[in-house]
Amino acid sequence: MTVAGGPVIPNFGTGSSCEVNNGWFCTDWVREHWGDTLQPALFQHIELVAIAVGIGFVVAVALALAGFRYRLLDPPIGVFSDFLYTIPSLALFQILIPFTGISVTTVEIALVSYTLLILYRNMSVGLRAVPAEVVEAARGAGYTRMQTFVHVEAPLALPAILTGLRVATVSTVSIATIAPFVIAKGLGQPIYDALGQDVFKTEIFTAGGMVIALALVLDGLLVAVQRMLTPWVRV
Amino acid sequence: MPGQAAELVFDKATKRYEGREGDAVQDLSLTVPAGEICVLVGPSGGGKTTALKMVNRLIAMSSGDIRIDGTSINDQDVVQLRRGIGYVIQQVGLFPHMTIEANIGTVPRLYGRPRSWIRTRSAELLELVGLDQSYAKRYPSQLSGGERQRVGLARAIAGNPPIMLMDEPFGAIDPIVRERLQDAFLDLQNEVRKTVVFVTHDIDEAIKLGDRIAILRTGGRLVQYDTPRAVLESPADDFVAEFVGRDRALKALALRTISELELGPAADGPRVAKTSTVRDALSLAIEKRAHVLAVTDGETVVGSVTRDQLTS
Repeated sequence: MTVAGGPVIPNFGTGSSCEVNNGWFCTDWVREHWGDTLQPALFQHIELVAIAVGIGFVVAVALALAGFRYRLLDPPIGVFSDFLYTIPSLALFQILIPFTGISVTTVEIALVSYTLLILYRNMSVGLRAVPAEVVEAARGAGYTRMQTFVHVEAPLALPAILTGLRVATVSTVSIATIAPFVIAKGLGQPIYDALGQDVFKTEIFTAGGMVIALALVLDGLLVAVQRMLTPWVRV
Repeated sequence: MPGQAAELVFDKATKRYEGREGDAVQDLSLTVPAGEICVLVGPSGGGKTTALKMVNRLIAMSSGDIRIDGTSINDQDVVQLRRGIGYVIQQVGLFPHMTIEANIGTVPRLYGRPRSWIRTRSAELLELVGLDQSYAKRYPSQLSGGERQRVGLARAIAGNPPIMLMDEPFGAIDPIVRERLQDAFLDLQNEVRKTVVFVTHDIDEAIKLGDRIAILRTGGRLVQYDTPRAVLESPADDFVAEFVGRDRALKALALRTISELELGPAADGPRVAKTSTVRDALSLAIEKRAHVLAVTDGETVVGSVTRDQLTS
């Protein structure tokens, strides 16, 4: 964590004239620091997001199954995930640090709790939106309760579930930039470093641009997965 | 998989709902002989759908019994029971995420039939319900309402169930397509001869499709169980008489064909096929202001009927 008022150019050597004058975009800086700053930050960022969304997805599935099987549980689970979502991240870090310390765990717990609302709500709504007559036809044809869930309800909820996964992934890519408040990881770090009395433009644009690009790429990949898994939606 | 049609017996089958006054279905006793179509008809609140759903235990009976070929439905595993009963509902309920072929293969798949077997069976059934083979790979959302219900029908008989339950299957379909589907269903029934329980609130549909008609009135009480002709010609009471309509004498004419009449010698006049109903022939006679109609078999005139014969 760099304190505001530090050097104008972080991660610098002597620097080109562009860097010294803090030009809008210095390609030589990017080239020079891709290997030691930007690429590692990108990979850390992907890791932060993958772990958060992965764990969030598993937890949300478990909660959604419970809320679907026992309808009474749905409202409290929903309210709980709403509540988690409303806690400001900086406050959440303060609450967690005494327990989990200055660690990746602290960051991941925060990120996971922000994915839950989106993932859980979409799963819950998706499962409930399965038309009653389709379920009745399945039961009438002699599907067991389990078969109805596995072969009818879950696949029909898939479009909503995957939409939730897309939103959760994109928002986590963005939220994960606050990780440097706890640990020096992810694309938030170069953004943070670029902040000073005079913002170092090249670094903030590059790292910021990478966050946006990462979000778009992951979203695109998930759209492709969605099309592959739910061919009936587009016909 | 199950096979031929079975006899279906309702024995004082009753459904009561907690906290609701009166029965939804009260002491319903009737026998549907194997291979016949029994139409449950009546006003809403008559318990038709409840009676139907008690058969595949989507609704649990409160008392009484329902037996299929002598075995009580309560003595069978509910999943096995349902696999042996074709089920068609008004909203069709096709699986939107499965192709038409996979939809038709629902029950065979539950019986563990291999994919190749299902493909062949589904092709056979598409043909049977009058749909082109190109439909096999489509999804339900690509079909019209009428086409979907044809698939619904194919799906219901794919497992070769001895019994079919049909809950207002053509109720949401426009009149012209509905008539075509009714005809397709009758053709199908001629081929497969299932024991069918068919629910409708449309008395004309009941008359057209039923081998027997069961008329239920509010409170789930059976008032008459008879052939369509008997229901029209001698309604059990005023309720039935009113329900079948003032034109019941005319409706009865639709149940007989010209070939059942004693034909006169070939004569000139407006032509009517010997397979047409007496009602259609009478309508033609009125329209053409004719007293004698020429009866044809294909292209040849085989006899004649008079207007008096048609109305007597």
